[in-house]
Amino acid sequence: MRNRQATQLLSELSHGGRRAAVFPPSDVPEWPIEDLLPPEALSAAPPALPELAEPDVVRHFVNLSTLNMSVDTHFYPLGSCTMKYNPKRHERLSRLPGIVDVHPHQSAQNIQGLLELLYEMQEMLAEISGLPGVSLQPAAGAHGELTALYVAAAYFRAKGEHRTKVIFPASAHGTNPASAAMAGFECVELKETEDGFVDLEQLKLHVDDQTAVFMITNPNTLGLFERDIPEIARIVHAAGGLVYIDGANMNAIMGITRPGDFGGDMMHYNVHKTFTGPHGAGGPGSGPICVRDFLAEYLPGPVIRVRPGDDRRFELVTPTHSIGRVRSFFGNVGILVRGYCYLRTLGAAGVRAAAEHAILNANYLKELLSDVLPSAHGEHCLHEFVASAAGLAKERGINAMDIAKRLLDYGFHPPTVYFPLVVPHAMMFEPTETESKATLDAFSEAIHQIVQEETETLRSAPLTLSVSRPEEVNATRKPVLTWTACTKE
Amino acid sequence: MDPTTLKYTKTHEWAAVEGDVATIGISDFAVHLLSDLVYADLPPIGKKVTQGQPFGEVESVKAVSDVYSPVSGEVIARNEKLPDHLDLLTSSPFDSGWMIKVRLSNAGELSSLLNQTSYKAHCDAEKH
Amino acid sequence: MSYLFTTADEQQQMLQRIGVDSVQTLLDQIPADLQLKQPLDLPRALTELELEQHLRELSTRNASASSRACFMGGGAYDHYIPSVVDEITSRGEFYTAYTPYQAEASQGTLQAFFEFQSMIAELSGLDVANASLYDGGSGAAEAVLMAIRCTGRLGRVVVVGSTNPEYVHTLQTYLVNKSTELVVVPTPDGTVNLADLEAVVNDQTACILVQHPNFFGCLEDVASIGKLAHQHGALLVQSFDPLSVGLLKRPGELGADIAVAEGQSLGTPLQFGGPYLGILTCRQQFVRKMPGRLIGQTVDRQGKRCFFLNLQAREQHIRREGATSNICTNQGLMALRATVYLSLLGPLGLKEVAELSCRKAHYAADRLCQVEGCERMFAGPFFKEFVLKFALGADVAIRKAAAAGIDIGPALSRLPAMEGVSEADRDLCLLVAVTESRTKAEIDRLVTALS
Repeated sequence: MRNRQATQLLSELSHGGRRAAVFPPSDVPEWPIEDLLPPEALSAAPPALPELAEPDVVRHFVNLSTLNMSVDTHFYPLGSCTMKYNPKRHERLSRLPGIVDVHPHQSAQNIQGLLELLYEMQEMLAEISGLPGVSLQPAAGAHGELTALYVAAAYFRAKGEHRTKVIFPASAHGTNPASAAMAGFECVELKETEDGFVDLEQLKLHVDDQTAVFMITNPNTLGLFERDIPEIARIVHAAGGLVYIDGANMNAIMGITRPGDFGGDMMHYNVHKTFTGPHGAGGPGSGPICVRDFLAEYLPGPVIRVRPGDDRRFELVTPTHSIGRVRSFFGNVGILVRGYCYLRTLGAAGVRAAAEHAILNANYLKELLSDVLPSAHGEHCLHEFVASAAGLAKERGINAMDIAKRLLDYGFHPPTVYFPLVVPHAMMFEPTETESKATLDAFSEAIHQIVQEETETLRSAPLTLSVSRPEEVNATRKPVLTWTACTKE
Repeated sequence: MDPTTLKYTKTHEWAAVEGDVATIGISDFAVHLLSDLVYADLPPIGKKVTQGQPFGEVESVKAVSDVYSPVSGEVIARNEKLPDHLDLLTSSPFDSGWMIKVRLSNAGELSSLLNQTSYKAHCDAEKH
Repeated sequence: MSYLFTTADEQQQMLQRIGVDSVQTLLDQIPADLQLKQPLDLPRALTELELEQHLRELSTRNASASSRACFMGGGAYDHYIPSVVDEITSRGEFYTAYTPYQAEASQGTLQAFFEFQSMIAELSGLDVANASLYDGGSGAAEAVLMAIRCTGRLGRVVVVGSTNPEYVHTLQTYLVNKSTELVVVPTPDGTVNLADLEAVVNDQTACILVQHPNFFGCLEDVASIGKLAHQHGALLVQSFDPLSVGLLKRPGELGADIAVAEGQSLGTPLQFGGPYLGILTCRQQFVRKMPGRLIGQTVDRQGKRCFFLNLQAREQHIRREGATSNICTNQGLMALRATVYLSLLGPLGLKEVAELSCRKAHYAADRLCQVEGCERMFAGPFFKEFVLKFALGADVAIRKAAAAGIDIGPALSRLPAMEGVSEADRDLCLLVAVTESRTKAEIDRLVTALS
């Protein structure tokens, strides 16, 4: 049975005078605080946080955790998110004291082990991308995009060129245009061809001497490799622009082909996706970027290099024409350490095998579902595919969202729905390489059962979870975002 | 207001002009497209607006859309009732659902706006 | 191969079902001349045992706060983390879940973040908090961009010079391709002189950004700075220490419109700078201009209380170039850490941590200032951190302390130059921070080491 008491709000569980954490009494002279700090700076009372005993806190959060679906508990084929298994060894190793308790201002000579690890990570990311300049600083994929766009802006500024446009295909992740706008560029969106690829004619029409960067996800959000990428890169480069590869889908191509070899000048990784971060219920991520040689001098600092003349010593340096910083301190090191552990476990053959198995699993699932949820694009996909529920919607009034919600009752996390926008009633499946055939078979069976069910059942799904179909319109008109706001209602 | 006499933009705003003041709102077509409106953001009185530039926002659960000014000038009034009664946009987009009044700085701009017939044709084209 | 779970015979069945001979056929869509001809040049694969031996070896070559007394500050602090924080956040149900887009499958995460928002709003004395940004530095930059959106003023942003120089550097990067002018007002006395600030704030100024307690640990007159901002129609953005409000007035009480913080102190370990926790809070009227995710309360089909991602229409996946920010992945797990941490502390624990840190810092400052060649760079009141001027040089001080198993710093010379701090002072000055975790004995040992 579910414990409903423990999942009341902490403010409701609070009882005056209770507390969990107790600190040792002061061992320094008990000078009155009023003598140390000016009275006008002092608050009359500390913030009204809830007052709880330690078991209350533990029971509350443990019970809350059981209301989640996660990779550890469920198959999670969320397209574009690469929800692969998160190895447990990473958790133990990233908590070694020489990693987790290192202050960010500790001097380089005292943290040679950590710098060696991070330097090797730079080297591995450069090798996998085919792009030699690496910054580990960005905190997430979108942050990596933003950072690379600042790098591009600095590069063009140094060349005395004033370029204002960033171009991307309509199926791009929302972060691409959002990053471009945030970096001060004007956004230009390209229509794709009918079969979902970049339209070269459209591209030629829009690329000119005002074009700073063309951003492209490859494989694209339909899970297809952009075959024309060398030609795309040639067109952009001929106009003096740079090609940015959104690395969201690196799980499909790592060890098979490299952004640097197919025309990319800059890219980001999502360490929390491709290299098993994990996702942490929405973060933290880590979004390192790799760039060509001629862009490396603009990267944010610090980066790690081998001290000249001493190949066993590592130092932190800021590139000569660095854009500066995009955040405080070095980067999301805890996540980078996990990514490092993953790459060291896989090695070169393992990296390629992971991509190949991700592709095998996706194609297998695509085939299993093709009779009920066909995909219009491409005979074969790479690591993910976009199926359409348009037929079911037309014939039986079943929406992609209804299928998604009903899957929850069957014990599966749904795929991404309604993205990319270019496919009507889109359902985007990314099984990842860490799922077995048995799981994919069971999932397919569930989908086949679901589409046979009464429309009404699907409309009201999920039926077995703690909640079902939150009301959104009124809640968005008058948002209640804190428990203080609840009590005002 | 009588929708047949209003001036329209391709971005679905309307303007009713009396003397040098334009009353501005969004069309029934736009309201229908947005569905489930949750929020409207209007500019303060005294704010300068420019033809073709956003002056405010309307938000539904699924989208936030800019509202573009059909004319240039200065905001002299705003529909204070609207933010708390978004249903006015649905029930009366051309009357009680008005958004702002603007004192025109360039009456010549009005000639670039659509009449109802051309606006309807534009909406029909957008539907397809 | 690691982490692959289909057997060879299963793979054959799968290929057969797909209708191809081999995985290589599936790769045909990648032009052959773009495919790698040889394996990547990566270090050899390690088993779990080998990996652990390797990581342990790397780990032992790092100086950490677990083996030494850490008096280091400058934006990251060695505050104590109760074990419940690690225990809860180690649950796979939390850390292997995705962003809570699918509300029914994420009520645990959603409610925890709603509680996070509630407690952070309470700490800041403001109405609403988002579900986290990356860190204190990029959070401050986001807050300034938000102030520009709220005011519609693109002309100028004024920053008090005693703000963490890494935050100022981040903000510079964020503004470089835009028309907004960034004016940094020097603080040679450790805190800003109001007249200096008044001279640069104009009616095109979107906001004043002030850190309090500031980078030097000193207390700024935030209330007066807020009045000045508001007189000119600008917003006040305050970067604050979330533990300091156990004693000090909260940003909302001081007149801040937007408050940001580095939330590392709330239960997140040092881990060489990240992942940390970006906190952003504001007054209710600006809620639709906020960057990042917001969890809202609502009811489900049956009228039962539940939680969902509210106000998503402002975010990048829907509004694209018009979004309030490009942020997608945030620092969810760190927000969960802060939520558990604050639940364990409660108001009394928070006050205790603030008082202990403050008292111990004052004891340390008092003792150190009795050492020959040691003085505080700035005389004004401070909270838990202060700038120590060491006549023989900051590097010498750091070396002497290190020899006694103590870490202090950073030296100001390690950080970007700050207006109003001379080159000579940069070489002599360093930060010393004292948390509740430090003991009198450690402080006394530091004093001896520098004597």
